[in-house]
Order: sequence, then structure tokens, then C-alpha cells
Amino acid sequence: MLELTDLTVRFTPKRKPAVLALDNVSLTVEDNQFSVIVGPSGCGKSTLLRLVAGLQEQTSGTMLLDGQPIEGPSAERGMVFQSYTLFPWLTVRDNVMFGPKLKGLGAKEAGRIADDLLDSVGLAQFAASYPKELSGGMRQRVALARALANDPKILLMDEPFGALDSQTRQLMQELLLDIWQKHRKTVLFITHDIDEAIFLGDVVHVMSARPGRFKESLPVDIPRPRTMEALTSEAFMGLKRRILGLMHEEAVKAAG
Amino acid sequence: MATRSLLAPKVDIPKPVYSGLGIASVAVILALWCLLSYGGLVRSDFLATPGEVLAAGWERILDGSLWENTRASLTVILLGFLFASILAVPLGILMGSFKAIEAVVEPITGFMRYIPVSALIPLLILWIGIGIEQKIMVIFLGTFFQQLILISDVSSRVSKDLIDCSYTLGATRRQVVWRVLLPACMPGVMDNLRVTMGWAWTYLVVAELVAANSGLGYMILNAMRGLFTDVILLGVFTIGILGLLTDTIFKLLRRWLLPWSADF
Repeated sequence: MLELTDLTVRFTPKRKPAVLALDNVSLTVEDNQFSVIVGPSGCGKSTLLRLVAGLQEQTSGTMLLDGQPIEGPSAERGMVFQSYTLFPWLTVRDNVMFGPKLKGLGAKEAGRIADDLLDSVGLAQFAASYPKELSGGMRQRVALARALANDPKILLMDEPFGALDSQTRQLMQELLLDIWQKHRKTVLFITHDIDEAIFLGDVVHVMSARPGRFKESLPVDIPRPRTMEALTSEAFMGLKRRILGLMHEEAVKAAG
Repeated sequence: MATRSLLAPKVDIPKPVYSGLGIASVAVILALWCLLSYGGLVRSDFLATPGEVLAAGWERILDGSLWENTRASLTVILLGFLFASILAVPLGILMGSFKAIEAVVEPITGFMRYIPVSALIPLLILWIGIGIEQKIMVIFLGTFFQQLILISDVSSRVSKDLIDCSYTLGATRRQVVWRVLLPACMPGVMDNLRVTMGWAWTYLVVAELVAANSGLGYMILNAMRGLFTDVILLGVFTIGILGLLTDTIFKLLRRWLLPWSADF
């Protein structure tokens, strides 16, 4: 279980006024839960994820994962970035083996993990390819496999499909749910796409404009496995209307 | 039609047209040279004819002096370039990614890269004499500081997300440097080595300015005293061809060593 309590982040750039990126944010993510944070751009949702990843430090507040304080990055908190972060000098298979090998696993064991995961993201036949030969969607699938290869306690996803076209994005969402159903990881997923948030999440946390705060947390009562049809269901539409309303208030506030 | 024109910006043209234009440009210059020299438009002590240059080349190939001079120059260039690269590559990579190292190296580099190497020759003679070490040092100084700046730039451009991502995969700082930063810099390093190799060639005459008794730069300087324009041009062409050759070797080396890198 991930417990974030009273997290505040204040940036103090030189010769500019200080920015309050996160203001007393608290959040709990249950084990095996798929949690989505949705919010307007610049609301601090990426900052929050980077805190959990240990890539950034909070000004105040506490973060606990399974009761242990989070300090610095670790393989138990895997992350998938919006930008393409595969290592271009490694083949697809070697990319996925990167984490397990750092842990000290032998080539054979690491290779077995990689082959299994590449199989589940449907890229087994690209194992020997270099990232430059892959499309954007394929690269993100490898990045997902690579993060899962460490068997992390929680998977952090920072708008991983943000750079993809809408068809590919839809396919990636379905694939992600498929894999999540199999591996049952705890996931903290960030997006500004409301459809994506509802389609994927067990719960959607709506964030306010800067300074970032949670406005509301909405459970998503759409049965799984979810398919494309879920996107047009009554429950989906109702939730979407709620979230749109909340986000609109924020957009107005941010613009005004 | 606008996009099919040879004059449209950033539009590919057919391969035959491309190579045709390239051959034409060389042919025009050759023709102009022939016209000026054979046509008697320029006095022969100002400009040798292509035939005279070829004859001078053939003569020096037969008596072995062209090879002797080429060997001497190659030794100076390659050693100077090698020493510069061995130091500049690791230091540049560190400088681009570690602020502390940048702070130490940057002021000296920023200053030194604007000093013409020829201005340092008197000091070099005073400090290290007039042997081959002095010539190697000229090439070294001419390339090292430029390499340092270029490679530090390559290193500072390595995506922060790539580094952050490696941490979330469990890499330690040391592992990030060796397994991520270093390989990520390699394509840029190769490109800049190739560019600075070209610059190293341009320092050759400066390097052989003082107390040389062999080398292509020496050959040119020596021919200058007697206004032997055929030998001067022979030296120029030899340097040009060798430069082109080393450039091609670097290009092939990059393709061979870094097959994964996206752009050649």
C-alpha cells in the first residue's frame, strides 16, 4: 500500500517568485489497485509521480510504501515515461533484461523473464531488434515490459501513451489492462485524458490547478474486463460528465 | 509542381541528378584550371598545369619522397589527434554531465579555444624543443579544446529521462555513468571526432612550420621558396585526399561500431 501524507513541494527558482507545485496532498493507493490521477497540465501531477519514484524530494510530508519510507529511486518502484526512454544501444530483449541484470540475475534467468514479458506485450518476434526499428507504440510496450521485469511493488506511469496517435493509444490501453489483469500490479497512472482515466482506473483522482490538490476521488464502477463498449456506457458517460465539470472549473480558475 | 523543383527547399532530388551536379562542379573547376594554365591566361610560375602536377607527383612517388612525407605527416596528425581524443572524450563526457567538473574545466577551455595555435609556437619551442613532440603538440592543442567543448555538449544533451529511467530500474550512480551516459554519448562522440579530425588536418602546415625536414606541410613550405606551384598543388591535393580518406574511415567506423544509432 502506498500512503502519501501532507506532501508539499515548493520550487524556489532564482530571481523568480517561489512556486507551490503541490499543497498538502494526501493519497492512498491500495494494493493491486489501478489508480489514475487526472488534472490540467501544470497541476503538479508529474511532480507527484516523480516524488513517488524518488527522482525528486518533497519540501514536507511523508511517503510510505508498505510502511517503509520512500527515499530515492529504487527498482521496487518502476516507471514508464511519456518520452521514449529505451536504451537505443541495446536490443529489445537486452532492454527488458537491464533491470534483472542489475539485480545480479544471470543471463539465463534474466533472459527467461524478458522472453515471457515480450511475449505478453506481443513483441516476441522483435526481441533482437534495436529500438530505432520500432514504432512509438511498440517502444512503449517494451518500456512497460522493462519496468515489469523488475517485478516492482508499484508501477508508475507518467502519461505513457501521451505521444501516440489515438488508435494506437486505444490499443495500448486495452493491452495495459490485459497485462494488469494478469500481473495484478499496483498502478499509479497519470493522464490529462479523461476517457483514458475512466477506461483504465479503479479510481480516478481529480487534481486542481496549481497549487496541486486533490479535488475529488471518484470510484469507477464499470465491471472488468472492460472493452471498447464500456466507453459508451451510461456509467462511463455519467462519470465523464462529473470529471469534465470538475476539470472545467479548474481550467477557468487557471485561465482567470 | 512547386515541390518537384530543384529550387524548392528541403526537397529530395533524383540520385542521378545529385551525382551529376557533384561531378559537374568538380569538372567545371578542372576545366577552369586547364583554361587558365594551358590557355596561358595565368603565368606558369603562378599556376602549374594539371599535367605538371601529375608529373611532379609521379616523380615523387618513384623516388619515394611523397610517401616519406605522407608518412611523416600521418604520424604527427594521428598521434596528436589520438592523444587529444584519449583525454578529451572522457573529460568532455564528465564535463557535460557533472557541474563540478564543468566549473573546473570550463574557464580554461573557454579561454584556450580562442588562442590561435600558431601564436603558441614560440612557447612550444622554448618548452619542448623542435622535435616531433612539438609538432604533435600543435595538433594536440589545435584539436583538444575544440573536442572538449563539442563532446561536453553531446554529454549535456543526453536525455534526463533516460538517466531518471535508469534509476527507477535500479541503477546506481556509477552504473548510470558507465552503462547509460557513456553509451548514450557514443554517436555524438564519433561524429565530433570525425569533424575534429578534419580540423587536425588543417593544422598540418602550422605544425610543420618550424624545423621540419619531412612532411607534406614541409614539402609545401619548401616548394614555396622556389615558387614550385606544381609541388605546392601536389601537397594540397595529397592532404585533401588523405583528409577525405580519414573522413570516410570515420563514417564507416561509426556504421560498423554503432549499428544501433539512428542517424548516420
